[in-house]
Amino acid sequence: MTKTATKVQLTRSHCRHLLHQMLRIRRFEEKCAELYTEEKIRGFLHLYIGEEAVAVGIMEALGQDDAVVGTYREHGHALMKGVPANAILAEMYGKQEGCSRGRGGSMHLFDASTRFYGGNAIVGGGLPMAVGLALADKLAGRDRVTACFFGEGAVAEGEFHESLNLAALWQLPVLFVCENNLYAMGTALDRSEAETDISAKASSYQIPSEWVDGMDVVAVEAAARSAVAKVRKTTGPMFLECRTYRFRAHSMYDPQLYRAKEEVEQWKGRGPIKRFEKWALETGELHEKDVREIEEEIAGEIAESIAYAEAGTWEPVEDLTRDVGAGPRI
Amino acid sequence: MTKTSYREAMRGAIRQAMQDDDRVFLMGEDVGEYGGCFAVSQGLLEEFGPDRIRDTPLSESAFTGAGIGAAMGGMRPIVEVMTCNFSLLALDQIMNNAATLRHMSGGQFNVPVVIRMATGGGRQLAAQHSHSLEGWYAHIPGIRILAPATVEDAAGMLGPALDDPDPVIIFENALLYNETADFAEPVSVDIDHAAVRREGTDISLVTYGGSLGKTLAAAKELEADGISAEVIDLRVLRPVDDRAIMDSIAKTRRCVIIDEGWRSGSISAEIMARIVEQEFWSLDAPLARVCSEEVPVPYAKHLEKAALPNAEKIVAAARKVLGR
Repeated sequence: MTKTATKVQLTRSHCRHLLHQMLRIRRFEEKCAELYTEEKIRGFLHLYIGEEAVAVGIMEALGQDDAVVGTYREHGHALMKGVPANAILAEMYGKQEGCSRGRGGSMHLFDASTRFYGGNAIVGGGLPMAVGLALADKLAGRDRVTACFFGEGAVAEGEFHESLNLAALWQLPVLFVCENNLYAMGTALDRSEAETDISAKASSYQIPSEWVDGMDVVAVEAAARSAVAKVRKTTGPMFLECRTYRFRAHSMYDPQLYRAKEEVEQWKGRGPIKRFEKWALETGELHEKDVREIEEEIAGEIAESIAYAEAGTWEPVEDLTRDVGAGPRI
Repeated sequence: MTKTSYREAMRGAIRQAMQDDDRVFLMGEDVGEYGGCFAVSQGLLEEFGPDRIRDTPLSESAFTGAGIGAAMGGMRPIVEVMTCNFSLLALDQIMNNAATLRHMSGGQFNVPVVIRMATGGGRQLAAQHSHSLEGWYAHIPGIRILAPATVEDAAGMLGPALDDPDPVIIFENALLYNETADFAEPVSVDIDHAAVRREGTDISLVTYGGSLGKTLAAAKELEADGISAEVIDLRVLRPVDDRAIMDSIAKTRRCVIIDEGWRSGSISAEIMARIVEQEFWSLDAPLARVCSEEVPVPYAKHLEKAALPNAEKIVAAARKVLGR
């Protein structure tokens, strides 16, 4: 399917692709969690498991030239934007072959060649940057979209409100994607917001907005294609709230005292991968053999990225201050 | 040669940059219709139109961040944050994004943004409008901090700041906007080095920005008493031009630092530390400094005067160091 198509065409190959992409994120992150316990990966590690349909669906609607601004839970987004798994894993290992030379780690994946602008670990901090990237495109007359991902926790930040207003006021080509997983770390949405309808907040800034079931990859893709098409057509912003759920802990240090196990299990029951795979098998779009093949391909990709990260090298300490700035002026 | 004000010099520099490079635009609160809080951008909206002279809402974090994003997107934005007092609302963007992105991305992204802000007290505007935060910002690796203290520097620093591939913050002391000098055309100036504003042999007076005038006045008064003071204008607060300071101290062997920031954790403390590290054995007397008193700057005129550095305090500090 072309990136500019506005409708989702569920051909067999597209179904296979969607399942493949969601499983890539899932298996990659499951491996990351293992590698974390083996102490190969350190620092903070925020897993996206449960929310894969959002990154997969949105990214289907974006082209190579479009920009993505992510959060600190951005492994999936980086993978979907086309950052190689090798470079992502090497980054988490802290190796100089990593996509940020080992300076960023899990929370700060960057890749200029795919226009992946991080990896921002200050909640809400990426929104103004996305507005600026879109402003540059508008001033330069370029037909590009900037997709900005953030969680519902960011909605409480001033930068959310300032950025939405600015994007609407200046009619900038930004797709705001709120990944509403109901918890800002451990604070439930209704414990932090008087108005819990997030898309209503966006509407109040005169930004066309809607919400979509973030556990349904096809629904997300359809909403994203339609929203991105509108952004391109009007060059003004759009807002998409994707209602989703994080299956794992906030980070590796979270005992999850703030939510009931039953609630987590209930959401897992409608997990995006389980649900889509079941549908595809039942309708005959995919067969068990396809799923096996996908798993094998992914296992190969992950094994290769581990080998790549293991073989990676440490940046020499003499380079510590490299790239703080452009260097001495002559 | 005509008399040019600091304000006009800055405006001329913005105009020149906009004429030279289509990627340059100015945005900030009241920069367009109002003509700039300090009238720096007066007339530019008519000249360049609203796309390039962009009035912003009172959203310091969003428009500073948008400047960072636009710079990453290939533009050369000049972000005017009305005063450094309000820049605290944009500190997250400056510190966590502008200053970190090049290093944190392994050198893939750079942020060629210029952020201008007024700074300083002395206008009876009380505690929330009188901060001098240059020293704070100079603490942060990844940004260049400029403090033009003369009309020539106001005219000449913006061009090279825009050419810098990394973020640059220009602090304009609000009391300087009406200062004038004989001045014909803006010329690009060096944004790496300090300048010797007055040569002397007995003591070095090291300062920057809004305190330069006070320091030169103090040097003149000292001269009347037969004391030859050398005045160093730092001009660039990050990275600091150590060589210029040390060369002066090697000659005079005595030094007073004049800084409108608060004493504790200030840029003056940093300069002292560097002198102690590098020229301790050249010193003939303990170092001294004149800073703002450790109080929120008060409104009442006499109290504000007492809180800020002035020529009298500088003369007294210099005499004490010299023992006469």
